[in-house]
Amino acid sequence: MSNALAGAAVARRPRVSPRILREWALFGLLAFPNIALILMFVYRPLLTNVYYSTLDWTLGSSTARVIGLDNYREFFTGPDAATVLGTTAIFTVTTVGGSMLLGLLLATVLNRRLVGRTFARATVFAPYVLSGVGVGLVWTFIFDPVTGVLAGLLRMAGLGSPQWFLQPDLSLTMVIIVYVWKNLGYCAVIYLAAMQAVDRDLLEAAAIDGAGPVRTFVSIVWPLLSPTSFFLLLTTILGSLQAFDLIRIMTPLGNGTTTLMYDAYLQAFGGYNRAGYSAAIATILFVILLAMTVVQLRVLERRVHYA
Amino acid sequence: MSLDTMPPLAATDVAPPVRRRRNRRRPDDGGVGRPTLLGTIVGGYLPLALATLIIALPLVWMVLGSFKTSGEVLSQHVVLLPHHPSFAAYSRASSQVNFPRLFLNSTIVTAAGSIIKVVLAITTAYALVFVRFPAKKWIFLGILVALMVPSQVSLLPNYVLIAGMGGVNTYWGIVLPGLGTAFGTFLLRQHFLSLPKEILEAAEIDGAGHLTRMMRIVVPISTPTIATVALVTIVNEWNDYIWPLIITNDDSRMTLPVGLTLLKNVEGDPSSYPILMAGAIVVIVPVLVVFAFLQRYIVAGLTQGAVK
Repeated sequence: MSNALAGAAVARRPRVSPRILREWALFGLLAFPNIALILMFVYRPLLTNVYYSTLDWTLGSSTARVIGLDNYREFFTGPDAATVLGTTAIFTVTTVGGSMLLGLLLATVLNRRLVGRTFARATVFAPYVLSGVGVGLVWTFIFDPVTGVLAGLLRMAGLGSPQWFLQPDLSLTMVIIVYVWKNLGYCAVIYLAAMQAVDRDLLEAAAIDGAGPVRTFVSIVWPLLSPTSFFLLLTTILGSLQAFDLIRIMTPLGNGTTTLMYDAYLQAFGGYNRAGYSAAIATILFVILLAMTVVQLRVLERRVHYA
Repeated sequence: MSLDTMPPLAATDVAPPVRRRRNRRRPDDGGVGRPTLLGTIVGGYLPLALATLIIALPLVWMVLGSFKTSGEVLSQHVVLLPHHPSFAAYSRASSQVNFPRLFLNSTIVTAAGSIIKVVLAITTAYALVFVRFPAKKWIFLGILVALMVPSQVSLLPNYVLIAGMGGVNTYWGIVLPGLGTAFGTFLLRQHFLSLPKEILEAAEIDGAGHLTRMMRIVVPISTPTIATVALVTIVNEWNDYIWPLIITNDDSRMTLPVGLTLLKNVEGDPSSYPILMAGAIVVIVPVLVVFAFLQRYIVAGLTQGAVK
């Protein structure tokens, strides 16, 4: 050992003194319960799920048979895959696009110094924190083709109401509308905060150079918002892929609204008790979520630059 | 989507909601050009009013609906205001599903879950910031990644585990799997890192141990951030749906959202809407009231990390 290293070793305290041991014990005492809970109920299920997905297993039954990848094979070769993956894709793209676009538009309005904008900001954010079940019930009441206020208004205009709850396409449209209604305020508030962080000097310089509001937005504000847009894209996709409450309460049978998430629920807990098959679907969902997260984090790291 | 699964990207400190006065010179339209009256109305107030109405009207409709009679709901004409406002729907809802019991269950689950989660978040964050331990960075990373793991994926394994332990239809069965808190730990850790080291060093020199420092110094000066974590946690626990839905099977332990599902199944015909609206109000209004008064904390907590 060289002199310098020996000196450093002497300068430090002995490797594990009683005092350090006490600190370690305290750390365990303070942090261990939480860490144990996270390991037990967040990380362990990821592995267990993969194992379950290889089983032919009826939920509640004490016997299960290992069938390898048959559950995955059944999903991808069966009639469900196209429908469920298609529904998931449509639901995700429209809800993410809808809430981000409307949120952005709303943020540009909220960014102006208007009377009552604080109230408006709070109002549009509110649905985001409300129970999905409560919100779903309210909108079921509004969309009801017989007694709903929407049907009533259409009647006054001499039109009939669409069968929102019977036609699969309309059911999906309806749930998408309500989902966007509930989530656009989140996008709006985050975009608003990002817009308010834009350097005022840049905007003034643009104004001096004769740029109009649209030009300023396209050339300056939008590029500056790109990190925020990527963050929102990530979080809203994760959210949409996990959407459950509204689908369950508005369209319990999942007629037209069975996304991957809802299929995983229905297969295990919707009366079929197909635990293994459900675990396979949940695993597929997880792999998609993981891939999206990784891809987007990489993009976020490398590609997003300030203008 | 659960509210606390937002993966925070930028490790910012939680802003205890401080309102800043805007620059007075700031032009109205984002710094570009001089606003005209027409422009302000068409491009500003009109969309603002429209958005506010679209968000607020369904909630107003819910309140009105709950005071209507079945006849008014079934009427072919749109009845805006209930002609004979009545609490009939509320009492009928109570006779179909044991509402006081559901309310009590929700309150117990929310209170127990939130208190434990906030305490765990405080102790974990304190340990991560102030207590010596090897590889703390990796432990924190593990907690951070847990924020990204969708809770829905863990549904079946957790159900099998909790059911196997006899947790179906019990309070602890509802609360336990959600207790590990990544969100609160993350938010509080970022805040604790920003605290001035000098105060804690001074306390240490005065002979205060870790627990004293945590309880007497760190917690009191972090109240706004702890309040933010607590509020977001409370709202999440109150709204939580999918887990209580699968782990309970009768209304002795069901929470409000689960009970409402039952009510919707029992009351299949359209005349039951006033009852369902009464139920929706019971689950929505408490959160709305809390939000109305403390929205700055809640918004700060939920949008934390999104913007640098």
